[in-house]
Amino acid sequence: MNIQVVLKEEESFVIGYISGEIDAFTAPMLREKLATVQQKEKLQVELNMSEVSYMDSTGLGVIVAFFKNVNANNGHVKLTGLSPRLKRLFDITGLGEIMDIETDDKVGTNHETI
Amino acid sequence: MPQEIERQYKEILKQYVLQQTEQNLYAGQNFSRQLIRKNIAPDEVISIHKATLEEMFPELPMNVWNSFDLLIEMMIRYGLAHAEHQSLIQKQEELKVEMDLAAKVQKTLLKTTIPVVEGLDIGLISVPARKMNGDYIYFLSDNASNAGVAVADVIGKGIPAALCMSMIKYGMDSLHDAATDPKEILDVINRIVEKSVNDDMFISMFYGSYNVESSNFAYATAGHEPALFYNAKKDEFSELHAKGLLLGVVANVSYEQHVVKMETGDFIVMMTDGVTECRTEEGFVDPEFILSLIQSLRDEPAQTMVDTVFKELEQMQDFALRDDFTLVIFKKTS
Repeated sequence: MNIQVVLKEEESFVIGYISGEIDAFTAPMLREKLATVQQKEKLQVELNMSEVSYMDSTGLGVIVAFFKNVNANNGHVKLTGLSPRLKRLFDITGLGEIMDIETDDKVGTNHETI
Repeated sequence: MPQEIERQYKEILKQYVLQQTEQNLYAGQNFSRQLIRKNIAPDEVISIHKATLEEMFPELPMNVWNSFDLLIEMMIRYGLAHAEHQSLIQKQEELKVEMDLAAKVQKTLLKTTIPVVEGLDIGLISVPARKMNGDYIYFLSDNASNAGVAVADVIGKGIPAALCMSMIKYGMDSLHDAATDPKEILDVINRIVEKSVNDDMFISMFYGSYNVESSNFAYATAGHEPALFYNAKKDEFSELHAKGLLLGVVANVSYEQHVVKMETGDFIVMMTDGVTECRTEEGFVDPEFILSLIQSLRDEPAQTMVDTVFKELEQMQDFALRDDFTLVIFKKTS
């Protein structure tokens, strides 16, 4: 069970690449890593999760806590590269309605346009 | 230091110095176990060694004796580390006892009674992966016309989750009317939870209520696994979807409510992700497998159904649950 989080920060933009499994054991690591993101007004965050093979509800908790934090400062969090399994998790929990999420294939087309 | 230990050590050392056999070494090994049990610190062992040598070889040069004093000094820290380790073990034991007690209190506190209403057979199983259960079942019923059940999963595990659960319990206790609409129930609990939990703690909850007169099952969900509806006439399953956000994320959420009419032989399966996210060595258990397992049990009493599903899935996971496992079945018998 492993997780890797790489964060790139540039002024008010942050992009994070998460890979591995997010469960009760690795979620605290993700939480710590996300806590290093400096919270400021109108922060724009993108978390790329295309390499996340598994996430359970503990991981969901970490992501949502981060989302609430950024939102409180009028920022925005976007999740990209979600696998169908992850997408289902966000849909069932109703979080897909309040968060900005993109599935795997949409990311592909986005990259082409960049 | 007891004289007896000194005497025994002296004997073992003498034998070894004279013969140097494997057996002598083995005797030393066994003796060290005894010393550890008696909490004899490493520096004390060296003191004994030094005293014994002084008796056996008094002619050894002074600098050898002096070197022992340095070695004793070196070992003092090891002795302290050992003592610390011992006290941690003791503390851990104490914590374990407290956890056992807490789990017992949780069980008593969160006890709920399976409703008895005409024409409805209810089966329930809820097994924690660790000591404290993060899944929660609450029945709300007038034992006449309405039988409602809340199936909740607290995100976050262990003691904090268990404490969070008593909050749901008291929230549910305040709702006396078993005929309350599921969406209203979720709305009330969401307000309570939103005010009281940390940012990274949430609850998913499904609430379903069966009415005897109309045979209707009304339900709403707050980010919970969809329940399954088994239609006996068609012999097929469908998922009971409804829109609704997890409890505790935002204060004002309006939950969707739907109704499904039950005929004799139909049943509804409510569960937590410990069932759907069940993993074995080879990966996730295919949801189709779980469906066909439940389907094969359709003629059994509801309790036999849930027990059998649990046993099968437990066996597939080598009897080591990764997540709390909860399964409730409402089956219409007449």
